[in-house]
Amino acid sequence: MMDMAQAEQIFIEEAQDLLQVMETCLLDIEGGDATPADHIAAIFRAAHTIKGSAGLFGFNTVVGFTHSVESVLDKVRDNKLQMDALLVSLLLDCQQHMAQMIAALSYPALAVNAAQGTFLLEQLGTYLQAPKDLAPAPVAAQTAAADAWSVDVAYGLDVFRDGMDPVSQLSYLTTLGTLEQVSLQYSFPADFDPESCYLHLQLQLKTGAGKQKIEDVFEFIQESSQVQIKPPLTVVEQLEHTPLQPEKLGQLLVDAGAVTPRELEQVLELQKQQTHSSVGELLVQQGAVPTAVVEAAVNRQAHQEHKRASDFQVLKVEARKLDHLIKLIGEMVTAGSANEMLISQTNNEQLQEAFSSITHLIEQIRDGALSLRMVQIGESFSRLKRIVRDVSRELGKDVELDVVGAETELDKSMVEKLSDPLMHIVRNALDHGIEPVDIRTYRGKPAQGRLKLSAYHEAGAVVIEIQDDGAGLDASRIRAKAEEKGLISSEQALSQEDIYRLIFEPGFSTAAQVTNLSGRGVGMDVVKRNIEELRGQILIDSELGKGARFRIRLPLTLAIIDGFEVTVGDTHLVLPVNMIQECLEFEHAELVEDRNYLNLRGDVLPFVRLRQLFQLPQPPASRENIVVVQYGRSRAGLVVDTLNGELQAVIKPLAPIFRSTHGISGSTILGSGDVGFILDIPQLIEYACSTESAR
Amino acid sequence: MNHTDLEVNRQQYLTFLLRDECFGISIDTVREIIEYAQLTTVPLMPDFVKGVINLRGDIVPVIDLSIRLGRNALELKNRTCIIILEIPFEGQRVVIGAAVDSVNEVLEIGKEQVEPPPSFGARLKAQFIQGVVNVEQSFVVLLHGDKVLSIEELASLIENVKPEKGRGENV
Repeated sequence: MMDMAQAEQIFIEEAQDLLQVMETCLLDIEGGDATPADHIAAIFRAAHTIKGSAGLFGFNTVVGFTHSVESVLDKVRDNKLQMDALLVSLLLDCQQHMAQMIAALSYPALAVNAAQGTFLLEQLGTYLQAPKDLAPAPVAAQTAAADAWSVDVAYGLDVFRDGMDPVSQLSYLTTLGTLEQVSLQYSFPADFDPESCYLHLQLQLKTGAGKQKIEDVFEFIQESSQVQIKPPLTVVEQLEHTPLQPEKLGQLLVDAGAVTPRELEQVLELQKQQTHSSVGELLVQQGAVPTAVVEAAVNRQAHQEHKRASDFQVLKVEARKLDHLIKLIGEMVTAGSANEMLISQTNNEQLQEAFSSITHLIEQIRDGALSLRMVQIGESFSRLKRIVRDVSRELGKDVELDVVGAETELDKSMVEKLSDPLMHIVRNALDHGIEPVDIRTYRGKPAQGRLKLSAYHEAGAVVIEIQDDGAGLDASRIRAKAEEKGLISSEQALSQEDIYRLIFEPGFSTAAQVTNLSGRGVGMDVVKRNIEELRGQILIDSELGKGARFRIRLPLTLAIIDGFEVTVGDTHLVLPVNMIQECLEFEHAELVEDRNYLNLRGDVLPFVRLRQLFQLPQPPASRENIVVVQYGRSRAGLVVDTLNGELQAVIKPLAPIFRSTHGISGSTILGSGDVGFILDIPQLIEYACSTESAR
Repeated sequence: MNHTDLEVNRQQYLTFLLRDECFGISIDTVREIIEYAQLTTVPLMPDFVKGVINLRGDIVPVIDLSIRLGRNALELKNRTCIIILEIPFEGQRVVIGAAVDSVNEVLEIGKEQVEPPPSFGARLKAQFIQGVVNVEQSFVVLLHGDKVLSIEELASLIENVKPEKGRGENV
């Protein structure tokens, strides 16, 4: 038995997911990416489910408010109300209010703005009490037909004799939903038999039940009578939301409740005889479904890959179970490499071949398991959409948001930790970056500002960019401000990049006037700290007057990486393979003593002697190698003793006592059982630079 | 005094040696004892961090308990071993190893036998000591495992190590 607190938590999580769906849909409508008709069903469902579940827990305020929202949505759904920009905006506000109420359930300290609630209810009320807006009756009738099942029963003569009673069937139907437009036809023949049934029933049934349920009502007269049950047009929209992998059309229709398994079976049987006909055609011929429904199902089949993330069916799994699985797979990978090493020493070709197929499988299992933890970054981005909308309104700026690469995948835990930093950067870009319309026009820029969010993979890292076409960072102003705050001295020589980085210093804020969005001097330092906690980096590019670009580079933090193992003395080190450009023999002769760069085919290549940097006690090996690594836009060489080749390294986080290491991001167990350290190249180079400048 | 009172008032301690000093640690925190085997040195760590070991797939840091208690570094002998402990930290139990010269036995000690720590003379930080017991005419210092191996304290000690100590700079 699940306890209440747990059930409540599930409700809250579900409600938050649904609110997210609602928000995304509303924003799509507002942004013109979708029509109200596309999304009204999803929005309505979200509100409806929240109301229903909240009712179970007795959260009456949530129920009350959501009920009004739902009523308005219901009118929109029935085409009795136009979803205009004003209404979308109101619904977004309502969505936010609902989110507040839901949040307050888990954190009672969060105050719900009751006045706002009352205001919104009044606004909703105006939509509900406007009878003149109602569509004329015939339209209403049409729409009633559109979302009702049509049931057509030509009763067989023997129905009464079989002990069946159409009246009880009708009354049973009323328990499934509402009956509309019931019509009963009869034609009595000359040889009228009072025990025979001459009825023909047609009716419209509004119900949430599937076709199978309705068909069950007529189960016992299937043999003697002709029963046709046609799904309403709303099934079309339901089909659009059925989540699935490539599946057969028939199954698709069954899943949507448009066809029963029995009908499908019959048609499939029929198809064996009429091989040229498709299942869809046959179903229509049989009168099981209207053509529109089949068309929708066919479209659905064709457009699966274009489905929105929010529509995918998901399976919730406890993170703990997943972590356990990934840990086991990590051990399997380690054990696999140990075996591989032993087997490669045996010269038994058959064994080697047999094992290579296991290795291949292990790799696939590994990738599959890791992908379970990965989520698309789009979820975070859609939250930002809302912020861009609200903030730009508040500031009276017109900003267009561009999102690229929302499908880029990132570890779930990172996505969560990223949402705050991203929010801060976006707010800053809107507040300080993008200029007010009059200034933009004066500067000859388009009145509408542009903010671009993009995410992509680059050399073993995920890069997230936030780019605006606003005023850009003013290096001289930042410098002046930093001097005034005593962060730097006036003689300190700083590169442009260094000056930009000052905005990440605690207590730094250039906004002359504090707005309630940003400019309080908290934010950017928190941004930097959060990103660094994720072992990421943040870089700024800017051109004064043209705009600024924030680039966040994050490691994939996969539990397993493709690594390249090297040794220095008896320390084993693992480098991410995708950062390695090449490996060369290290020629001492070419070097001037104490010079830490060499000539690589005409380019200067700075290098780091890892033995020296890590203060390893052993004397240098007689032969050393240099690994050329590329990170971001820089290149460097790492001097090591031996190169041991590629391996799959299962990342084991370092023990908590090692929270401050230099250039080491984790550890791993090598095939030999030895412990290897995984290098964090950018951090390592940064550390090397700092020790060099400290000399 | 009934049986359960006896249980409550008696504690089991694992005793071990650091040179000729005998210490005890509550077995509640001890997970296992392993032979001192190949350790992997972690770069840029202070002396008290001996390195890490592969404990059946888990990578566990090992502390030189002798240095940690303000004495000279351990000299490796064939009885040197590692006590694997579980230390509470941020709601979790963190596994950590402590290298000692040798492990003796498990003693059951009644509360009444434990004397308060001496105010001086033990050459130890007072907060490390839980008490002292007299076992067969010699003293055993009972340690607070979670204080001696406090994850927070070890982490901040490591954090504050200045990297330019000059070790290995003679290349």
